[in-house]
Amino acid sequence: MATKTEPLAGTPAEAKLSKEEVLRYSRHLIMPEVGMEGQLKLKHAKVLLIGTGGLGTPLGLYLAAAGVGRLGLVDFDVVDYTNLQRQVIFATSDVGRPKLTAARERLAGLNPEIQIDTYETRLSSANALDILRPYDIVVDGTDNFPTRYLVNDACVLLGKPNVYGSIFRFEGQATVFGYPGGPCYRCLYPEPPPPGLVPSCAEGGVLGVLPGIVGAIQAMETIKLILGRGELLVGRLLLFDALALRFRELKLRKNPACPVCGDRRTLTKLIDYEQFCGIRGEEAPAPATQVPEITPRELKARLDRGEEIFILDVREPHEYQICNLRGHLIPLGELPRRAHELDSSREIVAHCRSGKRSAEAVEFLRKAGFRKIWNLKGGILAWADEVDASLPKY
Amino acid sequence: MAVKVIIPTPLRPYVGKQQSVEFDARTVGEALGRLTTQYEELRKHLYTDDGRIRSFVNVYLNDEDIRYLQKENTQLKDGDTISIVPSIAGGAGR
Repeated sequence: MATKTEPLAGTPAEAKLSKEEVLRYSRHLIMPEVGMEGQLKLKHAKVLLIGTGGLGTPLGLYLAAAGVGRLGLVDFDVVDYTNLQRQVIFATSDVGRPKLTAARERLAGLNPEIQIDTYETRLSSANALDILRPYDIVVDGTDNFPTRYLVNDACVLLGKPNVYGSIFRFEGQATVFGYPGGPCYRCLYPEPPPPGLVPSCAEGGVLGVLPGIVGAIQAMETIKLILGRGELLVGRLLLFDALALRFRELKLRKNPACPVCGDRRTLTKLIDYEQFCGIRGEEAPAPATQVPEITPRELKARLDRGEEIFILDVREPHEYQICNLRGHLIPLGELPRRAHELDSSREIVAHCRSGKRSAEAVEFLRKAGFRKIWNLKGGILAWADEVDASLPKY
Repeated sequence: MAVKVIIPTPLRPYVGKQQSVEFDARTVGEALGRLTTQYEELRKHLYTDDGRIRSFVNVYLNDEDIRYLQKENTQLKDGDTISIVPSIAGGAGR
């Protein structure tokens, strides 16, 4: 479905650009698709970005540069080193600072003509409607299912378009939800995955350029919404595979049975989204049974006494290359068919990055009859903290 | 009918890291059945315990959602492409 774009709001008749603004936006002004009329629409537009991460940072830069007059940012995190690989708004010197403080400075430096509102809080059912209400368009750049459903439902309830983008490793999705007559996120995905079925930290990661591409697509759709130009990504789901460098497009339909935007709505106010998605909706919960553990310090002491302890590393080979304890590598997924490589008469300590996967491995091996096996508490990260500070952390 | 099933990134580990797999099948359900028989690990990601397609996974025949065709009974033609499109939430990235 190609949707003809209607401008969202009118522009006050008395509005004008200053001489400085005319110069700043001249490459917009000389193209008829934007022109003075379009630039004034941008100046009077109010856009809220949820999340100042991989998607939110290129979005913020492009929308500020384009002259969107009022930009709201919602985030509660601080900048860390692992952000810098893709969150291009931040400098190395920003590490440790609140993301919103750093982002505000950078955006104000880029374009002092615009208003920047910051909401240093976790978006919740209690505050979402109030935070979203003043804005024309909401752009979703969050990283978890509870917030995705919250943003969707709040946008539908308030009648605001929701410019959606999402990424995983080298694959991205983008579309515009909540446009009048168009589908919403729940039309596409009525329910989130149960926590245990979401890929765990072992399979995560993202190619740094990917959020730049998907975020730029979201910025483009936001600007088209404001200008009332072109064919919007409404009723179409854009899929992008960066490795194959291939874009595909699928039809998105409004689901008549959708609980929030369908014919017979059952959802007329915000709900508890953490509960709806299961705890955090991100990673598998820790195994229910407690497995025997050993702390990094205890293990170090025993190794120093010359005790023969077999170290089993259940991470992936690419993680082993980052740092290792010279353990025997069997990735968790291969353990069932490679358990014969292990000697159950020996004392074994299993470890992974943070201790979750190795707890599963210990549980599995105990069921298989291993008795002298322990999980390294806190994984190789804890080893780096407590025993060997020279080890790189990731 | 020879059809191609495109596997999304999050599910590729369960099909030997392939981007797509080809099957002979008459309906969408038959193609997915072949897929999850050949790659047993994939089954729990696509189907609930009572055998329904999970609600966070959408299946498309070419560019159309099978929920708006004949669902798993949708007939296939030679050269059709089936896409599995699960929800992904990443954005900010930790």
